[in-house]
Amino acid sequence: MISVPGVNDEPVVFGESSQVDRRNRTATVFRYIFFASTIFGILALGTLLWTVIDKGWDWLSWGLITNAPSRKPELAGLNSALFGTIWVISLTILMAFPVGVGAAIYLEEYAPKNRWTKLLQVNISNLAGVPSVVYGLLGLGIFVEIMQIGRVVLAGALTMALLSLPVIIIAGQESLRAVPLSLRQAAYAVGATRWQVVRHHVLPAAFPGILTGTILAISRAIGETAPLLVVGAASYIATRPTGFMDSYTALPIQIYNWTARPQAEFKELAAAGIIVLLVLLLTMNSVAIIVRQRFTNKARW
Amino acid sequence: MSDESDAEATARALGLTGSAARKTSEQVIGWILFLCGSLSILTTIGIIVVLIEQAFEFFLEASPIDFLFGTTWTALFKDGEFGVLPLVTATLLVGVLSMCVAIPLGLMAAIYLSEYASPRVRAVLKPFLELLAGIPTIVYGYFALTFINPEVVRRIFPDAQVYNVLSASIAVGIMVLPMVASLSEDSLRAVPSALREAAYGLGATKFEVATQVVVPAALSGVIASFILAISRAVGETMIVALAAGSRAQMNFNPLEGAQTMTAYVVQVVSGDVVAGSTVYKSLFAVGLLLFLMTLLMNIISQWFVARFREEYQ
Repeated sequence: MISVPGVNDEPVVFGESSQVDRRNRTATVFRYIFFASTIFGILALGTLLWTVIDKGWDWLSWGLITNAPSRKPELAGLNSALFGTIWVISLTILMAFPVGVGAAIYLEEYAPKNRWTKLLQVNISNLAGVPSVVYGLLGLGIFVEIMQIGRVVLAGALTMALLSLPVIIIAGQESLRAVPLSLRQAAYAVGATRWQVVRHHVLPAAFPGILTGTILAISRAIGETAPLLVVGAASYIATRPTGFMDSYTALPIQIYNWTARPQAEFKELAAAGIIVLLVLLLTMNSVAIIVRQRFTNKARW
Repeated sequence: MSDESDAEATARALGLTGSAARKTSEQVIGWILFLCGSLSILTTIGIIVVLIEQAFEFFLEASPIDFLFGTTWTALFKDGEFGVLPLVTATLLVGVLSMCVAIPLGLMAAIYLSEYASPRVRAVLKPFLELLAGIPTIVYGYFALTFINPEVVRRIFPDAQVYNVLSASIAVGIMVLPMVASLSEDSLRAVPSALREAAYGLGATKFEVATQVVVPAALSGVIASFILAISRAVGETMIVALAAGSRAQMNFNPLEGAQTMTAYVVQVVSGDVVAGSTVYKSLFAVGLLLFLMTLLMNIISQWFVARFREEYQ
C-alpha cells in the first residue's frame, strides 16, 4: 500500500484496490452483455426461420407451386403469384438496370462538379430513404390514374423500377469509384474518348460490383409488398399473366393474404409460401456472392 | 459536359481526338447518361406533385385544421371524420417502442463487433446480421403475428389484445437492428486508434475505452444511424398492417391495437376504393405527411453524418 497525500489527506490506494477490481469486473460483465446483444440478432433470425419452417414444412409440395390460389387450403397454390413476381421483376430489371448504371456512370465519370450534380447526389440518397409505400402512392397516382395504364404488370414494374433505382445507382457509383484512376489515365493517354474509356476499361472493371449491387437491390424488390398492394396487384388472381398489360398478383402479396386470414391452415400455407420466397432470395444472394468472388479474383490492383 | 479531364485536353492539343462523327456520338452518349442521372429528380418531383395535388384536393373536402389536429379518424365510415392524430400517435408509438429494442441492442452489437470481436469472430457474426437485414418485411409481419405475439407478448401480458402495438414494435425493432448495428459499427471503426491507445495508456479498461472514448468520438455517426432507423421504422408498412391492428384510436397503451399511417394505406388499398373519392384522396394526404416526416429525419441524419466526416478527415 502506497499512500499519497490527497486533498483531504485521504490515502489513495493503488494496486489490488477494490476500485480497480470493480472497474475490471464491470469491464468483464459488459463484455458478455455486448456479446449477448450481438447474439440476440442471430437468435432472432434462428427463431424466425425455425417458426417458418416448423409451420410451413408439411405444406411444401409441388402442388403449392403448380396450383392456383383456392378457398380450400389443401388445393391452394401460388403458381399465379410466382409467375406474377417473375413478370414484374423481369420487367423491373429491364428498366432499372440500364438506367441505374447509366445514372451511376453519369455521376461518377461525366458529371461536372457543380451545384446540379450535388443536388442530384443529395436527391438520390434522399430517394433511397423514402418509405416504399410512398413509391406505391406515386405509382398509383401517375401510372395507374394519370397515365391510365391500369392495375397491370407494367404499372407494378414501373413502380418497382423507381423504387430500386436509388439503390442500384448508389451501388454502381461505389463500384465505379473503386476503379483506380490510373486505368482511366492510361486509356486517355492512348487517345481514347471518354465513352471509350468508360465502355472498354472502367465498366468491365466495375461490372462485378455493379452486378452484385443490382442483384441485392432486386432481391429486396422481390420481397416488397406494400408498393405492389398500393398500385393494385390483385389479391385473388387464378391465372398467370401472359403479357405486361395483364392483371397480376405477386408472391409477397399471396403470403400477405394467407397470413391475414383467420384460419390456421392458411397461416401454415403462408409459412410454406415464405419458405419458397426465402429460397428464391437465398438463391439470388448466392449468385451475387459467386459473381463477386469469380470476378474479383481476376482483376486486382 | 463542360469540364474535360487533363488527359482529354492534352489529346485535343496534340490533335489526337477523333473524327466529327465520333464526336457527335460521344455527345449523344453524354446526353443519354445525363438523362439517366436526371430521372431521379423527375421521381422526386413526381412524388411531391402527386402527393401535393391529391392532398390539395382532399383538403378542399376536409379542412386541413381538422386533419392536422383532429383526434378522430373514421375515414371508412359514412360521413367519417379525418383527424390524423390517432394515426400519427400510433406511428410514433411504434417508432419509439421499436427503438427501445433496436437502439440499445444495435449499439451494443456495434460496440462488440468494432471493439471486442476478433477478425475471425467478426467474419462469422457479420454475415448473419446481413442476412437478418435481407429478410422481407412481410416475413417479419408473419413472425410478429405467429410467434412474437402468442409466444412472447401474450405469455408475459395475458390481457394484451389480439392485435397489439407491442408485438409489431418488437418485430420492427428486430428488423432495423442490423441497420443500427452496421451503420454504428462503421462510425465506431472510423475512430482513429490513437484515441483508444491514449485511453489505454491512462489505465482505462476496455469497457471504459469503448463507452467513454470511442462512442463519444463517433457520436454523430451513431446518432445518424439512430435517426435513419426511426425513419425506417416510421415508414415500415407490412409488419404494422399485419400485427398492430386496424383500429384508429388515440392510444398510448402498447398492449392495445392501433392503426399507423402506413397501415391505414394498406387497409384502404386492400378494399375496393374508388379513385377520386375522399377516402382515395386521403391516402395521399396521409402519404404526404409520412413523406415529410421521413424526409425531415433523413435530412437531420445526413447533417449528423456530414459533421462526423469533418471531424476525422
